[in-house]
Amino acid sequence: MVVDRSLSSRAVGLAVHAVIVVVLITTIFPVLNILSNSVSETYHIIAGHVSFFPVGFSLRHYSILFMDPMIPRSFLNSVLITLLGTAVNLAFTVTMAYPLAKRRLPFRRSFMVLIVVTMFFSGGLIPRFMVVRALGMYDSFLALTVPIAISAFNLIVMRTFFKQVPEELEESAFLEGAKETTVLVRIVMPLAKAGVATIALFYAVSHWNAFFDAMIYLYDTRKYPMQLVLRDIVMRTEMARLSFLQDQYGRNDLMEQEAVAIQGIKYGLIAITMLPMLMLYPFIQRYFVKGVMIGSLKD
Amino acid sequence: MSTDTGRRDSRALWREVKKNRALLYLIAPGILYFVIFHYLPIYGLSFAFVDYAPKYGQGVVANYLTSPWIGFTHFVDFFTGPKFFPLLRNTVVLGFYSVLFEFPAAILFAVCLYEVHNLFYRKFAQTISFLPHFISTVSVVAMMVMLFSPSDGYVNWLLSSIGIEPIYFMAEPGWFRPLYVGSGIWAGIGWGAIVYLAAMYGIPTSLYESAAIDGATRLQNIVRITLPSILPTIMILLILRVGTFINVGVEKILLMYNPLTYEVADVIGTYVYRRGIVKFDYSFATAVGLFNSVVNLLLLVVANYTARKVSDESLW
Repeated sequence: MVVDRSLSSRAVGLAVHAVIVVVLITTIFPVLNILSNSVSETYHIIAGHVSFFPVGFSLRHYSILFMDPMIPRSFLNSVLITLLGTAVNLAFTVTMAYPLAKRRLPFRRSFMVLIVVTMFFSGGLIPRFMVVRALGMYDSFLALTVPIAISAFNLIVMRTFFKQVPEELEESAFLEGAKETTVLVRIVMPLAKAGVATIALFYAVSHWNAFFDAMIYLYDTRKYPMQLVLRDIVMRTEMARLSFLQDQYGRNDLMEQEAVAIQGIKYGLIAITMLPMLMLYPFIQRYFVKGVMIGSLKD
Repeated sequence: MSTDTGRRDSRALWREVKKNRALLYLIAPGILYFVIFHYLPIYGLSFAFVDYAPKYGQGVVANYLTSPWIGFTHFVDFFTGPKFFPLLRNTVVLGFYSVLFEFPAAILFAVCLYEVHNLFYRKFAQTISFLPHFISTVSVVAMMVMLFSPSDGYVNWLLSSIGIEPIYFMAEPGWFRPLYVGSGIWAGIGWGAIVYLAAMYGIPTSLYESAAIDGATRLQNIVRITLPSILPTIMILLILRVGTFINVGVEKILLMYNPLTYEVADVIGTYVYRRGIVKFDYSFATAVGLFNSVVNLLLLVVANYTARKVSDESLW
């Protein structure tokens, strides 16, 4: 490639780097700020001294967090929901994607239409809520997993991976009298391992990060996942403070009314909720990139 | 078609079905899932036309069967009620701003990444930019609450250091839309760039080489080669985006808004949630939700039609 060294070209180059640097700093700063605040000393948090790096070092907020039984319990709930949910997702998605990848599947087109329609039109929140209630799943982890057992997008990604497995391998297995399920489990799935891993990660991350279904389907607060506890502690206290202030004081009294140590605890809680994903994502992001490219291809 | 070939066709089909019944057994749970959790709720939209009143000790189905049919009453109530116009306006405005700012932001970022020739730098920048995609909506909003806190949030600390009075961003109606759109860009810019970048990698380098011979500048390359080459991708994504723009991020708004910001933040989706899930007004909320879905579908059809007329790119 011929490199253009004119003034206008350098201006473009400068603008390009400026955009990238601004994006990167704005991306990282909030995350670093939260993490740094969570391990800073309470005094410096309140004073607003913390920017990119911790000021003073203290794990006090974390020790307070873990003394409350609610936090470890909700962390465990999130782990359970993620594991159970991903298992359900894989069982349903794999068994559906495999037949859909086969030309010899009868009614294949009709099944595809059935699926694609749901990508563009749905019954919406309330009818889905009523169906889940009618099935007796209310207030159980089943409500957070079974109603979202298959995502049409992940199904299509999985089907694409299955399509790439050469048919000849299956043919020879069939000639030796293997059953369809044996072929799927013994031959096709090991060859489409990358695909299974991709959709498993897609599903697992979405379960870990979900809060809405837990909010509408869980009644018992002891079943709450991390995300919901985080919402209650950060957003609810914020709202409680708001209405309190509205009733009692003018806006200017905000400063005096701040609760003190709770701020550090909130930072710690956000950090705990994000950390599993933050630590995982550099290793799994390439699966995501590949998956999203496969899913966005038209076929 | 004569009955004879029809019978032969159906017999051939039956043979196919019998031969491949193992595949049908495998797909059965998935089909059942779609019927129960996607098509049953679509049937459940008929809730919108009855006056559903939960009675103690009675299941959903029994309640539904004993509810009186009232036709379009809920729709009329919604359209003529005081909430209709503000909800519609808020939904459209938020959706419009999201498309207007978030959509081009991802394209701009993709172009910038593509213009970086140092591969390591490009990969590094891209990987960092994916980070928000792995952070939950709850965490994003919680971070906003903390960062923009009037007492110890970093943003207000910066403002006060240059002599500006602290602003309670999350409680100020005027700040709701900028924060909603801004956090949307923050969360989606890197992830959104992937598809465009992939499309750019497909552009033949010979195009740039011949442009260089003609003495094209770098900016001309971007405007005349890079962007036109990814136009099909842009169009497809734009159709999808415009077609779903009324489905604003209800989950994020539910986390962000509070009674002080309802006047700009309350959208159709959040209203459905409050009326239906919080206040058990199931029938009315279903009607409002159905209105939302129908408008959404219409928008998608119109966006698709327009795109096909203008640029030959369409979803179907």
